[in-house]
Amino acid sequence: MASVTYDHVVKRYTADLTVVKDFNVEIKDKEFMVLVGPSGCGKSTALRMLAGLEAISEGEIRIGDRVVNNVAAKDRDIAMVFQSYALYPHMSVYDNMAFPLQMQHMKKDDIDKRVKNASRILGLDNFLKRKPRALSGGQRQRVALGRAIVRSPKVFLLDEPLSNLDAKLRGQTRIELQKLHRDLETTFIYVTHDQVEAMTMGDRIAIMNAGILQQVGTPGEIYDHPANLFVAGFIGSPTMNFVPATVDNGTAKASGLEVTLPKPVGATKGTLGFRPEAVTDRVVDGGPSMQMKVDVVERLGSDQFLYGQVGSDQVTARVDPRMKVDPGDTVRLGLDTRSMHFFDAESEKALI
Amino acid sequence: MDFSVLLTDLPTLVVVIIGVPLVLAAYIVGGEYLVRRLPDKSRPAVRPWIWVAPALVLVTGFLVAPAIGTVFQSFQDKNGVFIGFQNFAAQLAGFPTGGAWIAIRNNLFWLIFYTLFVLAFGLLLAVLFDRVPYESVVKSLIFMPMAISSVALVVIWKFMYAYQPPGQPQTGTLNFILNTVFHQDPRTWIQDETPLLGLFPLNDLALIGAAVWGIVGFSLVILSAALKGIPGDLLEAARVDGAGEITIFRRVIFPLMMPTVVVVGTTLVIFALKAFDVVYAMTNGNYNTDVLANRMYQLLYNSHDFGGASAVAVILLLTVIPVLIFNLRQFRAVEARR
Amino acid sequence: MTIAVASPTSSTTARFSPRWLSDRLGGFVLHVVVIGLTVAWMVPTIGLLITSFRLPADISNSGWWTALSPPFKFTLDNYSQMFAASNLGQSLFNSFMISIPATVIPVTLAAFAAYAFAWMKFPGRDWIFLALVGLLAVPLQLTFIPVTTEFVKLGLTPQHLTAIGLPPFIPLWLAHAGYGLPFSIYLLSNFFRALPSDLFESAEIDGAGTLTVFFRIVLPLSVPAIASLVIFQFLWVWNDLLVALIYVGGVATVAPVTVTLVNLVGSYGQNYQLLTAAAFFSMIVPLVVFLSLQRYFVRGILAGSVKG
Repeated sequence: MASVTYDHVVKRYTADLTVVKDFNVEIKDKEFMVLVGPSGCGKSTALRMLAGLEAISEGEIRIGDRVVNNVAAKDRDIAMVFQSYALYPHMSVYDNMAFPLQMQHMKKDDIDKRVKNASRILGLDNFLKRKPRALSGGQRQRVALGRAIVRSPKVFLLDEPLSNLDAKLRGQTRIELQKLHRDLETTFIYVTHDQVEAMTMGDRIAIMNAGILQQVGTPGEIYDHPANLFVAGFIGSPTMNFVPATVDNGTAKASGLEVTLPKPVGATKGTLGFRPEAVTDRVVDGGPSMQMKVDVVERLGSDQFLYGQVGSDQVTARVDPRMKVDPGDTVRLGLDTRSMHFFDAESEKALI
Repeated sequence: MDFSVLLTDLPTLVVVIIGVPLVLAAYIVGGEYLVRRLPDKSRPAVRPWIWVAPALVLVTGFLVAPAIGTVFQSFQDKNGVFIGFQNFAAQLAGFPTGGAWIAIRNNLFWLIFYTLFVLAFGLLLAVLFDRVPYESVVKSLIFMPMAISSVALVVIWKFMYAYQPPGQPQTGTLNFILNTVFHQDPRTWIQDETPLLGLFPLNDLALIGAAVWGIVGFSLVILSAALKGIPGDLLEAARVDGAGEITIFRRVIFPLMMPTVVVVGTTLVIFALKAFDVVYAMTNGNYNTDVLANRMYQLLYNSHDFGGASAVAVILLLTVIPVLIFNLRQFRAVEARR
Repeated sequence: MTIAVASPTSSTTARFSPRWLSDRLGGFVLHVVVIGLTVAWMVPTIGLLITSFRLPADISNSGWWTALSPPFKFTLDNYSQMFAASNLGQSLFNSFMISIPATVIPVTLAAFAAYAFAWMKFPGRDWIFLALVGLLAVPLQLTFIPVTTEFVKLGLTPQHLTAIGLPPFIPLWLAHAGYGLPFSIYLLSNFFRALPSDLFESAEIDGAGTLTVFFRIVLPLSVPAIASLVIFQFLWVWNDLLVALIYVGGVATVAPVTVTLVNLVGSYGQNYQLLTAAAFFSMIVPLVVFLSLQRYFVRGILAGSVKG
């Protein structure tokens, strides 16, 4: 059990190709940290540097107090679960889990104890003699976890471990993983491109884009207070509405909407951001309102999404499912100003 | 025959069967042991060479260096004195029947007919066999001659081509068929140089035919795999579009199989240029059936003409160079797609 | 995939309609053609096999097909005569002595090299590999003279090796290894490279060293490819005539089956009872290997030609 520190870490392949830029994060002991971002953002590279599969170009990575830059992967006391699971196809489930322990020259009895223990935790008792190809996707995934568990590492690294599962199984496994994290009381570092996984599982989330760390925070912080336009757009589904606006005397003006900003922003141009659920069918007297020409109506039972035009901007609204709207209608909608954001036009940083 | 040799020498065989792998395993384990004694930094630089060294030494020693040596030797006389192109001139003198010309001509015939026949038969059989449920059985029966040696193949075909004078009962299968079905006089297939179509000597084609029989299974297996690689819904789509079976073959199947046909074709071209066993065992190059590979062997072992033999080998190399370049390009294209 | 001429008789078509009839007929013709071609392909082999059991007098007076009708007169004499007249027994042993090491050596060394080519980085790697691909097409003829000369200089001749108590087959082992390596390396590195890199990374984290990865992960996963290659190389060496002729041609005690057989063809050209028996005898080992391991053999051919 240990903390993990990325200290000004850089990964450079060639002079022009830097995939991780000045990466600084401190992951606390026993924390479940999720690295999330679009594909190619450098999150996997960041993880693989920690695993020892990629050299570190600059900076330091520490596990606990130990700098691991020049420590071989096998000596870092970590375990990794791969997206493809990387199970050895020719070995039985038991041998797959025993392999890392055999490599440590552990005694047969101890190996057996550990493998049995892990298989009990993961419900793999009946499959120990099978080969990976005779297992379902979910079972293989659990073997991959088991192979990590047996080593009782200080840090668990998981690289998109759920992306090869179907939607239903993914939901279940998400919950199981959280339980596992609680039971093992170990640091988990989890890489994914899926913001739902990030939001549901992470104690904290680190969002990356184009090799640069954008924001680190709890799911709530990130959802409610995105640091910039990228984070605001990446987290939340459907995505946040963005409308270009000019600011004049504390009022932001968009093509079909006028809002009084809750505090001065010190900029004249920018992007107004609000989530679909901030758009309501109740218009508060004196509050902001907008006319939406509805193009598409999506009824999901518990929710109803309206997609349409406000002025010249595309806006999505999440409204009461009982509201009767048809495509082509024009409806008057209100806006909850408490969950509203304003991003600077130049820096794209959140000013509110 | 004396089988006692098997008893006295069997221990040797056992020693060899156990000893050779042991030596090889000892090499790599020992090599790794030494690599691990090295400082951390230099290990990744040294280790690959330990793994590739024995292979590279053998390839260099048996292929690269001798090939270069032969090229040099083709410009020397038997005392190692440089004599320019004299060896080549001797081999290429007396066109069209002197020197190596007959062999060159025959290699050309091999190149054309061997390659074409094998591809055409392979394609035909692949398409036909694909439609019957007992495909794997007939395929392996056609394929079987691939497993036997060319010498055995030659014995089989000498027997097929056997000749008895007209009037006597024919013992060769082909002459029997010629006699009873087509009511023609038997022919001496292996000696008869009568040109077919005024150009291609019968005995050359008989030799090529025997070789084709042995290798068709090779092209059948590969082409049949390529045929199965064509997605079924593509053919169904074509059928829905109203294409007949022949149109489907011409417009859909054949174009999709073209890359495989080309790969098999280049391999066959190399086989044709290197043809040796069948010619050596069937006619030894007599009756104007000589080919370059056999001529080289004869120059080397009967005439002890090293310069001439080297020159013939170099000519052989020159003929495969286009294929070699094609192969390299193909390989790089595949690599680029990786 | 199906091109189904004999497509399933769809239930909508009335029985005995012209369409139904032509489908049936098409199917029938197809079967006749397929079986006919296959039988024709087997005729030469069957003829040889039958002849090898016929009386010498019959062989020279009538075609082998006459033996298929009564009176049946078969004999094993040809085989006993063949063994008496030749040293095919010794040759059979020689063929094993040549083929087994000449298979084990190149396949093992190719596996080592292919592992490095596929999973290690070293300067010149891609160029060396390209050179190996180029060597696939180079005619062996180009190497015979210098190699023979060197063998003589180094004392690697059957006579000298026997005299100093070493197996006289060493020149052939080495030569076949050298000649077989480019193809073997090519085939195996294609296969090794296709193994998922995750496995290697996982093994690295698990603490497996280079040797462990090679022996416990790469080799077990490559059994199909290696089996194909082993069969391929074995049959290639077993059936080889040219290389054996060149390097041990004159020495009968070292000659493999192919060389002895070709000498029989030379000296007993018209004695078909001997030749057919000897030829069939020479086919036994390759046919057994082929029939029992056909699956791997075919896979090897496909991997070698299509993947490239």
